[in-house]
Amino acid sequence: MNFDEYRGVWIFIEQNDGKIEGVSLELLGAGRKLADKLQVPLAGFLLGSEVKPLAKQVIAYGADEVYIVDHPVLKQYRTESYMQGVMLLVEKYKPEIILYGATPNGKDLASAVATDLVTGLTADTTMLDVDVDSRLLEASRPAFGGNIMATILCKKHRPQMATVRPKVMKALEPDSGKAGRIIEENINLKEENMRTKVLQIVNDVTKKANLADAHVIVCGGKGMGDVQNFQILYELADTIGATVGGTRDVVEAGWLPHELQIGQTGETVTPKIYFAIALSGAIQHVVGMKNSDLIIAINKDPNAPIFDVATYGIVGDAMEIVPKLIEQFKQLRNEKGGEMSYARKI
Amino acid sequence: MHIVVCVKQVPDTKIIKINPKTNTLDRRSAPAILNPYDAHAVQEAVSIREKNGGTISVLSMGPPQATAVIKKSIEIGADRGYLITDRAFAGADTLATSYALSKALEKINKELPVDMVICGKHAIDGDTGQVGPGIARRLDIPPITNVIEVSEVNLKEKTVLIKRKLSSGYELIQAELPCLLTVEKEINHIEYSPMPNMIQAARYEPVIWTVNDFENVDRSQLGLKGSPTIVGKMFTPPRPEGGKKIEGSADEQVKQLMDILMEKKEVLTLQSSKQ
Repeated sequence: MNFDEYRGVWIFIEQNDGKIEGVSLELLGAGRKLADKLQVPLAGFLLGSEVKPLAKQVIAYGADEVYIVDHPVLKQYRTESYMQGVMLLVEKYKPEIILYGATPNGKDLASAVATDLVTGLTADTTMLDVDVDSRLLEASRPAFGGNIMATILCKKHRPQMATVRPKVMKALEPDSGKAGRIIEENINLKEENMRTKVLQIVNDVTKKANLADAHVIVCGGKGMGDVQNFQILYELADTIGATVGGTRDVVEAGWLPHELQIGQTGETVTPKIYFAIALSGAIQHVVGMKNSDLIIAINKDPNAPIFDVATYGIVGDAMEIVPKLIEQFKQLRNEKGGEMSYARKI
Repeated sequence: MHIVVCVKQVPDTKIIKINPKTNTLDRRSAPAILNPYDAHAVQEAVSIREKNGGTISVLSMGPPQATAVIKKSIEIGADRGYLITDRAFAGADTLATSYALSKALEKINKELPVDMVICGKHAIDGDTGQVGPGIARRLDIPPITNVIEVSEVNLKEKTVLIKRKLSSGYELIQAELPCLLTVEKEINHIEYSPMPNMIQAARYEPVIWTVNDFENVDRSQLGLKGSPTIVGKMFTPPRPEGGKKIEGSADEQVKQLMDILMEKKEVLTLQSSKQ
């Protein structure tokens, strides 16, 4: 295998119903850094039916190039058709790194493609870097339930591939004036050769908690003491228009349903403001919230690891601090005519 | 109908301890169990057999003591089990694992043609979910991952109806047999094992194969040699830079925090829910 033939960082642009998944845009941001370090182009590759209009968005979010395979058979995601498209592109253009979102479809596709390419694939990566001299992708992921991180390398095979968890990387601010190259490839697929058919897609809008999209989150831990005490977090959240979440302990205690759990085995969140209240900051939790813009921790224990993560920390009893906070926010809201809104400073 | 369920013996990660000095797994701290997702895979095979008849085989790769998870699968209701165990398999990543398992599946298929392979969504020790689709590619059968319901098996038409979980809901898929499914936990409930199954499991001795039992096997694709990925290093996750602690009495602390929040308003796009 001649490694010099393999150049470029590629991102799988997952689209569903003509809408690009958030994780793909995040990966363009992460991929931009890798491509700049390696001094190679960053490309997005896009499969589907009538998906060409999405190319502009891929470029705006950081790609220099967009590779498109457009075919009616690719209208819905299926492993067998999508992997043929990916194999066509990868064998022709030979990228050195390919990243996929760790969504059900992204993981499914990457696993199948890795098998056919006989190359390495690292699952559920949460940190990415590249060694410029060796051109090795350093894909790190939590191991053993998140207690430690393992950096996985693929030294002897190309391309190097990884799936990356949604919400852990940051998308770039889109630049609609950015220029890029669009390359279209033709593929010969026949519906009658497909062994699977998607009969129906049901989008379940009710089930998904809006934690993932919340701008402000109030997250409580077991340190709240009991489920009654926990209620004041709802009051705080109500006052400031936030969403309530909890740690695994809280969910296991039955104070909150599982879909409101934040952390390694729950949701990963990236709000503007994150209130971490009466929670210690176990690494499994931190993995799920550390990309919040502003983290405010309130905890009795001055040595709680959450203070290492927090932008601002208050050592104190949540049952004393939180009611005072609520009072302050309510007063502020009254001053502003019953409506609380922090505008972006100009 | 012949269903093969792939199962793995894993340490119970809920109980597992990490040695803080060496950052390595203290395996003695955790009991070895049948991977919970694989238990659901066996249970699903049992449900399918109840409606359609047939045979359930269980396949595992691991050290000799992994026979325990095959016995556990017999307890849930599988008919027979195969363990592939050999030093040549040691250190396999997902690519090498799917290769070894596919070789065993080819051999099982010669004994009795396989209509369906079922795996758990992922193993709780590796968390990758890559072995299932890998096996499917090697056997050239369609993989359907993240399955939450198998609603109808049509043996005459050789098709199956499947509900597959997506990020935003689910999809209904019709697949041709043979195919490979990986199942989510919500697909079923593990039922209590009937007494006859437990007796049968206690007495059951699985078929044991080593690499020499396979035909046309490329040894360079097995174990550590056949694994493109390697662990470069292990480290404790870096924590983001900590900020400053706000000092003073509770009232002072709250007042300072409010001042900071107001001053920092360029980062806030907070909107009241009561607009």
